[in-house]
Parts: sequence; structure tokens; C-alpha cells
Amino acid sequence: MIELDRAGRSFKVKRNVVHAVRELSFTVSAGEFVGYLGPNGAGKSTTIKMLCGILTPTSGSVRVAGLDPSRRRTTLARRIGVVFGQRTTLWWDLPLRDSFELIRHLYRVDRADFAARLDELTQTLDLGGFLRTPVRQLSLGQRMRGDLAAALLHAPDVLVLDEPTIGLDVVSKASIRDFLLRLNAERGTTVLLTTHDLGDIERLCRRVMLIDHGRLAFDGTLDDLMATAPGQSSLEEVVTRLYTGTAR
Amino acid sequence: MVRTYFLLVWTWTRAAAAYPLSFAMMTVLGFAIAAIDVGVILVVFANTTTLAGFSREEVLFLYGSAALAFSICDTFVSNLDRVSGHIKAGTLDTFLIRPVSAWVQLAADRFMANRVGRILQAGLVLGYAATALGIDGRRAWMIPVMVVTGIVIFASLWTIAGALQFVLTDAPEVVNTLTYGSSQLTQYPLSVYARDLVRGVTYVLPLAFVNWQPGLYVLGRADPFGTPEFMRFVGPAAALVLALLAALVWRQGIRHYRSTGS
Repeated sequence: MIELDRAGRSFKVKRNVVHAVRELSFTVSAGEFVGYLGPNGAGKSTTIKMLCGILTPTSGSVRVAGLDPSRRRTTLARRIGVVFGQRTTLWWDLPLRDSFELIRHLYRVDRADFAARLDELTQTLDLGGFLRTPVRQLSLGQRMRGDLAAALLHAPDVLVLDEPTIGLDVVSKASIRDFLLRLNAERGTTVLLTTHDLGDIERLCRRVMLIDHGRLAFDGTLDDLMATAPGQSSLEEVVTRLYTGTAR
Repeated sequence: MVRTYFLLVWTWTRAAAAYPLSFAMMTVLGFAIAAIDVGVILVVFANTTTLAGFSREEVLFLYGSAALAFSICDTFVSNLDRVSGHIKAGTLDTFLIRPVSAWVQLAADRFMANRVGRILQAGLVLGYAATALGIDGRRAWMIPVMVVTGIVIFASLWTIAGALQFVLTDAPEVVNTLTYGSSQLTQYPLSVYARDLVRGVTYVLPLAFVNWQPGLYVLGRADPFGTPEFMRFVGPAAALVLALLAALVWRQGIRHYRSTGS
């Protein structure tokens, strides 16, 4: 579903060239739930932006759902859902319900399909209480659930989440995690999740990829990841070791 | 595409209705600013009967036709020049994940219905001037053609201005010379300017085709700079070339987008 072949993205900053991502290769098959970890500035967001076609890779190739994202961005948009935890894709001054209606038009979702999906999402994400509230008045937890629903109204094959649980309380986190697990299990939606919250990883991801300095530093199951540091008991310790170890 | 555009425009209009006082003030202010332009022309003609060989009604005709094309673009596509702001705020990403062209979304972004007042004002000036001049019925067909040509030219300039902001992210105002500067330049007969400047806006940046060249045809006037008669009709072709160039530049701009951290 997602294929990167020696994909790279560099930026010119003043006279220096910074390689945000270099020679990155991995494959994610349909139905996988993959955690994408890395310290700040490791290249996680750059990777995600290449996957949605926002950034054009400067080397190598990227394919998502069989398409080259940067060349077929608007076509791919119908098959991929994206959630940025740090910023909303909803219309700030409109009630949530109106944002959804607009998304239905933008993605040309069939009216009946839309109604059915919105009903389901309203139940599973518990949106009922604030569908008529302008987005700017929502709490962060409500807004995040709204953003998740917005990214799924067109029933994408792939869902890409960039720090979806950032700043959320334990209850909101738990409800979003439950929702994502069900989505992956019941719908078979492929999910790629970046997060700094290792609880997300432990609870959700069978497979973990770790990126550092723009390169893939680890790719395997959660158990494999734990096994890289025998004697360490918590995921946090293992990841800390990997982050600091590879940084030096 | 067109449907999507107007759906977005309608959405933003409803969103703007959430702040009614701001909406009312902007409408009044828009009218006032547009009226000043006409006021200046009237003041000039209070002291003289001709300006670079053109009468008051002829100048108002040239002003009205350019202002109509410009204000339509200012209303419907001018938000393209906010690319820089979106890049800095990191909000451009959200446009790029949607299955609709970023150009359409940005053009409709934060649409302000109150600018429609300026279109009306320009239309009234053009209507008045055309009536007062008693324009030859056989030449009047050129008026809608020149307005559409002007719209395409200004819309292309805004597209280029927006695309340039992908590079000039830190100096977004520079591109205003292309859009608002061009509008200022087309408000008067080009014969008030130096020959070299007029050459520039004829053969390089085709502003002369917004109202000057086709306007000379409508008014039945020879070009004081002596360009041949066929130049009066080159406008649509020049606009098309500029539009194609703008599309290319825009595409390049999007491909060179660097996004922001996080």
C-alpha cells in the first residue's frame, strides 16, 4: 500500500543542504498498523508529507496506493486520510457538521454513503454532543475526534496520523486508540501512526519503524524492538537507548 | 471545479457572517476606497479638459473597464496572494491533502463578499462613461471582450504573484507590485506614461491589453504611440499566453513547496 524506494528529501538552508530524509526504503502492506517513531527532527513529518504529496521527494521514489503522490496528489487524496494532531483541517468558524458536509462535496462522497458513515462515526467517536458547535469552540479532545471523522468520511484505504494524541487527556487518548484499533481490525484500513506517546505504540502497533537522522534505524515487531535491548523492561527505556545511541 | 469554488465561497461567506460588525465595516471601507479613485480623476478634470489627449469621459471609460476586470479578480482570486501567510502558519498543508486543486481552494479561501461593492462601483462608472460617450454600436462588442481579457490577465498576475511567494516567503508584499501596481497603472490612458514603460507593458507584461489597446478601438482613436491597428485585437491571445505561463509558474511553485516543521 505504501512503498518507498531510497526516497530522499533535502532542503537548502542558506548555503547548506540539509537532508531531512535520505535513502529511506520501506513497504507497508494493506491492513497493517505501523508505528513510526523518531526523535524530533528525525524526518517523520517530512516522510508523511511525501506520502500525501505535499512535499516532492528530491531523490528516490514514493508510491502510495499505486500512485506517485507528488504527481497525482488530488487523485491520491480520495484514497488517503490525513490527520495532523498539531493543526486542524476543519473550518474554524463553521459548525462541525458543516465542515463534514463541505468535505462530502470536496471528496464527492455519495449522499447515502456519507449519511451512513457519519452516523457510524458519530456513534463510535461520540460526536453527537457537538456536531452543531463551531470548531473554534471545541475542546482539543473534541476537535481531534472531529478531525479523525473528517479524515474518514471518504472511507480511505490508508490513514496517516501525525501525532493524533498530542495534548489529549487519558480518557480522550483511550477513546481514540480504541477507535483506531477497531477501524484497522474491522475495516482493514492501513494505518501509519507517528507519535511521541509510547502508550500509543504499545497499545496499537504490531510493527514499529524507527527513523533517526533521516534514515531507518529499526523496522520490526514490537517484540523485536524490545529484544534489541535485553535487560530493559520498558519500551521507554528501549526507545531512549535507541534515540541517544544512534544520535552519538 | 467551478461548483467546488462557489461552494467554498458560500462557506466562507457564512463563516464571515459570524462576525457581522467586521463585515459591515469592511463593506463601507471598500466603497470609500473605490470612490477615491474616481474622485481623483474628477479632481484632475476640474483643472483641465483633457489628460494626455483624452477627455474626462474617455478616461473614465478606460478606468471603468480596467477597474471592473480588476475588482472582479480582487473579489474572486486575490486571496491567492496569501500563499506566504499560509506557508508561515503551516496551513497550506491542509489545502494540499484535499482532492481539489490548491489553486481553487486558495482563491476561494476567506472569500469576502463585501468586495462585490467595488465591482458594482466599477460597473457603474463604465456604464456611465459608455453612455455619455455615445459609443459606436459597431464597436461596442469589444467592451465585454476587453473586460474578459482583463480578468484573465489580472487573474494570471495574481496566480504568478501567489506562486512567487513560494520563493519570496519572507517578502510577500513585493508581489503586490504585480497585482495592485498593475491596477494603478491601467487606471489612466497609457499616453500619460513614458514610451519605454508603455513598450514594457505591451510586449513584456501585457497590461496594455487590459483596457488601452482594445479601448482605443472602442473609442475610435489612433494610438498616440503609433502601434499598428491589429494590435487592438491581440488582447485575447496575449491573455491566453500569460495564463499558460501563470499555470506553469504555479505548478512549479507547488512542486517547490517546502512545508514547515512538525
